[in-house]
Amino acid sequence: MVRRLPRKDVVIVGLGWTGSILAHELTDAGLDVVAIERGPWRDTATDFNVGYAPDELRYAVRKDLFLQPAQEAITMRNDVSQTALPMRDYGSFLPGTGVGGAGTHWNGHTWRFFPSDFILKTHLTERYGADRISDFQIQDWGVTYDELESAFDRFEYLAGISGQAGNLNGTIQPGGNPFEGPRKRDYPLPPMQMTYAPTLFAEAARSLGLHPFPTPSANLSKAYVNPLGIAMGQCTACGFCERFGCANYSKASAHTTVLPVLMRKSNFEARTECEVLKINLSPDGKSATGVTYINVSGEIFEQPADLVLLNAYGLFNIRLMLLSGIGKPYDPSTGEGTVGRNYCYQTNAGAQVFFEGKHINPFIGAGALGQTADDYNGDAFDHGPLDFVGGAGINCVPTNGRPIQYRPVPPGTPRWGSAWKKATQQFYNNTLTFSSQGSSYATRGNYVDLDPTYKDRFGRPLLRITFDFPDNDIRMSNYVSDRMQEIADALGGKQAVVNKLRKSWNSVPYQSTHNTGGAIMGTDPATSAVNRHLQSWDVPNVFVIGASAFPQNAGKNPTGPVGALAYWAADAIRNHYLKNPGRLVEA
Amino acid sequence: MARPLSLLDRRRFLSSTGILLLAAASGARAANYSGSLPWKPFAALPPSSFADGRWYVLTPEEARTVEAIVDRLIPPDELSIGGKEAGCATFIDRQLAGSYGTSDRLYMQGPFLPGLPTQGYQGSATPIGRYRDGLAALNSHTRASLGGKAFFELAPADQDTVLQAFEAGKVDYKAAAGFFNLVLQNTMEGFFADPIYGGNKDMAGWKFIGFPGARYDYRDFMTAHNQPFPLPPLSIAGRPEWKTGDR
Repeated sequence: MVRRLPRKDVVIVGLGWTGSILAHELTDAGLDVVAIERGPWRDTATDFNVGYAPDELRYAVRKDLFLQPAQEAITMRNDVSQTALPMRDYGSFLPGTGVGGAGTHWNGHTWRFFPSDFILKTHLTERYGADRISDFQIQDWGVTYDELESAFDRFEYLAGISGQAGNLNGTIQPGGNPFEGPRKRDYPLPPMQMTYAPTLFAEAARSLGLHPFPTPSANLSKAYVNPLGIAMGQCTACGFCERFGCANYSKASAHTTVLPVLMRKSNFEARTECEVLKINLSPDGKSATGVTYINVSGEIFEQPADLVLLNAYGLFNIRLMLLSGIGKPYDPSTGEGTVGRNYCYQTNAGAQVFFEGKHINPFIGAGALGQTADDYNGDAFDHGPLDFVGGAGINCVPTNGRPIQYRPVPPGTPRWGSAWKKATQQFYNNTLTFSSQGSSYATRGNYVDLDPTYKDRFGRPLLRITFDFPDNDIRMSNYVSDRMQEIADALGGKQAVVNKLRKSWNSVPYQSTHNTGGAIMGTDPATSAVNRHLQSWDVPNVFVIGASAFPQNAGKNPTGPVGALAYWAADAIRNHYLKNPGRLVEA
Repeated sequence: MARPLSLLDRRRFLSSTGILLLAAASGARAANYSGSLPWKPFAALPPSSFADGRWYVLTPEEARTVEAIVDRLIPPDELSIGGKEAGCATFIDRQLAGSYGTSDRLYMQGPFLPGLPTQGYQGSATPIGRYRDGLAALNSHTRASLGGKAFFELAPADQDTVLQAFEAGKVDYKAAAGFFNLVLQNTMEGFFADPIYGGNKDMAGWKFIGFPGARYDYRDFMTAHNQPFPLPPLSIAGRPEWKTGDR
């Protein structure tokens, strides 16, 4: 039996970063908002308790805070000729659950994508010609960097991002990222104090003529009070950041930046451990009437609402659209359809430099404490003579020395026994690691849809990912690996090992929880699922907010643009949609 | 009336009590929150804790076998104690007794089909089943080929040879390499996880490499570049010296 609840103005699916920001903005506008979150309530004092937060086995290895595959798994294959099978445990990426979402256990790298990233098709066509990108489904976002600048700024000030501006109103600043787009003002906080390994990396990179700078960090360099009046603490570099909740109130997340204010509002309600089953549509399919959800006792409710916002992890936004019949599913055999189109990921490779007689102290670290060189990222360098487009940031961000998962030894070392022990002891404190994080560009064959075989515990089809690294992205990554080799050589260790990415995407080893696309934004309803305001082309009282909107992914972590898009969509709803509900852009 | 636990009390509680706390059974219910930040005292979910002195899942022969394996994977030498003394077998037994052992958190719906390497483990066997099956296969292999002896009765050099054969999948047991990798992974977890889980005795694994453990504030050391870190490791349960005759 379905119980029908009293109507709300807005129902938000998922109370993570974007759900919290949208809820805050729309309650400020006077709307009555309910957020439905399938995971538990979590808060810092209780759930990220300093007494036992630094527990690698529980949080990093057994993944206590993450979405459990038993609750929802995803199937995968590398191409359409294969049969997709469920990732029985999440490995390559780790979706979050619960209040705060994946923003609870992220590292905190907070970027703005380059201005050229937002107009990628136009930019690459103008600079290199249309032939260079004819293998791709690269698209423009429909929104420009300049339009998003103030939204980036709001997210950075909400979160207390610690960094060094590289471009203030068009003037390049010493010590910052010279390749970034112009920002109107500096970061709210100065960069973090640098630990040893990133300092060595920056010296080596600089000796090669590169431009390293402090990675913009949501681990706070100083105590901070954000514009909502919420106080945060200074990061203690404990080395328990990614995969963990922060016990210090020093990593920006919904818990530390929005919820203390949002939860006190009488026109906001959070319902936890309630999973939305579908978005309900009117008989003509042209408007949403609310959502149906189930609680942990198995009771089913219908929550009517005028506006439905999908703020789940991007992949689950897409799944809810497919399960609810919003938009046309993408078909890779024809290239038609929009929902599931342009699924992209991240193209990464790693480097290790082994030293003798050093004290690297890898356990002194934070999720985003380090140095980045963007000289080979995006289109910061000339691709004219090269055989690829795209690029990668080179990051020396040694986040931790947690020893179940961090025990670097040179290749060829046995995996156990006395020789393993000797090498493990020798290199634990004598290894410098850095990595490249590369762009991932959309192709016709990489997409997501509903799996024909595997079901969740309610009998609904799982999401299916069909993905492999495009040849272009492999060439790009290998080129940047060669540049990493130069840096490794300049570091002058005893031995350097630089990995070169190869096909195929493997779902087992952790790579990145940067799954993008699938409900992309754009200016053409034939090639995008949502318009430039993240409003569904097909069901205009549904907005779909998250990295699912990225037409392709850049060589940077997505949370900065995701936060900016949250403010961008909130502005569109507050300033335009509420005054005249309906399509904000005519198809 | 119950007195609230201070942090130190809690540490003592975690390290010394014989109560099995079931972390998974959090009593979570759907909840509505509005108008204030929800917070309840003592709602936190501390890590699970097990009484010493017994095996929870492994049979006596299985336990002796696992102890023998972990002591070859991490042999005692001048660098550290071995896997057996460090409690790696105890750790594995207690992990199997929790949700890990039964794959409760994993996606375990069929059909179970053979997968590609990029698709990860696709078997229906849980860790408990894989240990039962793998340990039996190991001992029947050595009994058949090495004079009727169980694995734990062999000389260390012979044990190493057998483990190498399992690692390489060069024995008449299809799951040999997968089983070996599972045990190796769990052994390393036991040696390097917080001692509250039964391994890493006296933080031996952390002392072996110089990991300071569950410390939470390195601000004074962030710019002490290339300097040895001066403080000893610390467990979630504190340090042995902190215990003042409470048992």
